[in-house]
Amino acid sequence: MEFLRDDDPRLRPVLVETGDFHEVTNIISSPTEGKWNLTWAILLVFSLSLLSLMAAMFGYLFWEGTGVWGLNMPVAWGWAIVNFVWWIGIGHAGTLISAILFLFRQKWRTAINRFSEAMTIFAVMCAGVFPAFHVGRVWVVYFIFPLPNQMGAWPNPRSPLFWDVFAISTYFTISLLFWYMGLIPDLATLRDRSTTKVRQFVYGLLSLGWRGAARHWQNYERAYLILAAISTPLVLSVHSIVSFDFATSRVPGWHTTIFPPYFVAGAVFSGFALVANLLIIAREVFGLKKVVRLHHIENMNKFMLLTGSLVGYAYAMELFIAWYSGSIYERYAFWNRALGEFWWAYFIMISCNVLTPQLFWFRKIRRSLLMTFILCIFINIGMWFERFVIVITLHADFLPSSWGYYRPSWVDIATYVGTFGLFGTFFLLFMKYLPQLAIAEVKGVMPESSSHHHGQGHSDHSESRH
Amino acid sequence: MENQTAMKPSKTFGVLAQFANPADVSHAAEKVRDRGFKRWDVYSPFPIHGIERSMGIGDSKLGWIAFFMATAGAFGGFGLQYWITSFAYPLLIGGKPLNSFPAYVPVTFEPGILFTGFGCIFGMLILNGLPRWYHALFKSQNFKKVTDNGFFISIEAKDPKFNLEDTQRFLESIGGRNIEVLED
Repeated sequence: MEFLRDDDPRLRPVLVETGDFHEVTNIISSPTEGKWNLTWAILLVFSLSLLSLMAAMFGYLFWEGTGVWGLNMPVAWGWAIVNFVWWIGIGHAGTLISAILFLFRQKWRTAINRFSEAMTIFAVMCAGVFPAFHVGRVWVVYFIFPLPNQMGAWPNPRSPLFWDVFAISTYFTISLLFWYMGLIPDLATLRDRSTTKVRQFVYGLLSLGWRGAARHWQNYERAYLILAAISTPLVLSVHSIVSFDFATSRVPGWHTTIFPPYFVAGAVFSGFALVANLLIIAREVFGLKKVVRLHHIENMNKFMLLTGSLVGYAYAMELFIAWYSGSIYERYAFWNRALGEFWWAYFIMISCNVLTPQLFWFRKIRRSLLMTFILCIFINIGMWFERFVIVITLHADFLPSSWGYYRPSWVDIATYVGTFGLFGTFFLLFMKYLPQLAIAEVKGVMPESSSHHHGQGHSDHSESRH
Repeated sequence: MENQTAMKPSKTFGVLAQFANPADVSHAAEKVRDRGFKRWDVYSPFPIHGIERSMGIGDSKLGWIAFFMATAGAFGGFGLQYWITSFAYPLLIGGKPLNSFPAYVPVTFEPGILFTGFGCIFGMLILNGLPRWYHALFKSQNFKKVTDNGFFISIEAKDPKFNLEDTQRFLESIGGRNIEVLED
């Protein structure tokens, strides 16, 4: 449904600040073609050192066992599950931008979808390492899959942990395929611009011989539409299933039906915050100002305002239901969360997640890069503490005799910090060697791309050899 | 392999013509369609809205592949769980039925999605005849613009209506520039 025609001048100044296809190609391709940027190289070395820290920590855990983490018996799920849920949630904004906004024909998404899809994939990788090592004997982690084995045992399909395996692996695979398919025409662009044999070979190989035929575009667009249509319920199902890990257990504070929608809203909330952070950095470092405009940042901030308010509503509803349920365990769990030994975590959660996004009611703040950047960092901290608050509820369950305190060990902290190295390394390599924005899609939202638009064709006829 | 191709007499692949913008290439496509050509295509850096109508080509078949794969994935996922709980490793819990199907919804849904995704991307590649790293069109230097700002129409020699002279003149008459004859 179109309210404005494609070539309506009111659309043009908003999305892309140029009417020339070649300029768009240049802006997006040139960061992959230039020399090494010093800032980029320093960041890469930094990320690689964090990545080696992560590898060392997992090596230590592999050698010693999960006892090196701060887990104890009331709190059997510590930072590992907090980090897992946090990273998975980060990824969800990527799918929301690439799939749901596509279905709603939100054309502004073309400036940010490639970026956020890449973020999704790397975030899911960071998430996946935690449960893989949390199983303890990581060398037999394949037991989580329904594979024939010498013991004749099979995983239990009634368990939410089994659902989780399917949800996360499907999510990762579909995100990767969706991302790669979107890249094919742009890899062909890099192939056709390449000046060295190596680039021509690598991009040529990866672009699978794409030549932009209309009959190909037709199947391509259909595939894109179906992938978007299936990714939409997929992203909702993934975080719902992640929340089932908690909600299907009989633990006060976890056993609630609000968990699936509340987890999904929180996931989108934190994901948008990280996309905004990364995008602001890339916009400044790689000169993408003509295609990533304040309009895009402002739209993302509106999303954060919406999802942040939903999360705030969920917190309030949780407290209300805890009181309304009349269950002493349920009431105690929430009283203890807010005022118990971990009150400071609850305080950080409320102030970062509920109060921070309310500042986005002001247009000035929504359109300020610096404020957006700072507030988004607060949001990500807050969302990490939300998961911490939920997981830590375990420290005081039914029997006061088993109550205990939870402290992360230095290995917990170093492992979490190390996953930023995993994320950063992949993200920096992506920013240097792949088009950061979807070239073909950005061209497709320019008014000049319409088959009714006349006059501003920029195809170069001066080189005619005819 | 190389000397084999060298020994073969070179065959004409077809004629390639460039157009100024999406509007021009769409109008030209209508004229190629009305001439009755069948083996031809439009090439562009991004999908042009409504080009399939201008070209007179039918709808994509991909939806059927995706539907078939979705069904296969969902049945496969459900069947796997049914088989595990009822036959391979039955666990009797609280006297409840072995086939406790309400618990199977997530793992019926997820493989359905996964297989639909496979069907979409691999189906798209198969329908498009990709990957195909060699193509006669890549011999044209000018054709490199197709991923930047170039809009092209090629008519293949295999088309029954193809005639080297006439087709070149025809493409020129409908606004084509930089006309090239490409060898296969």
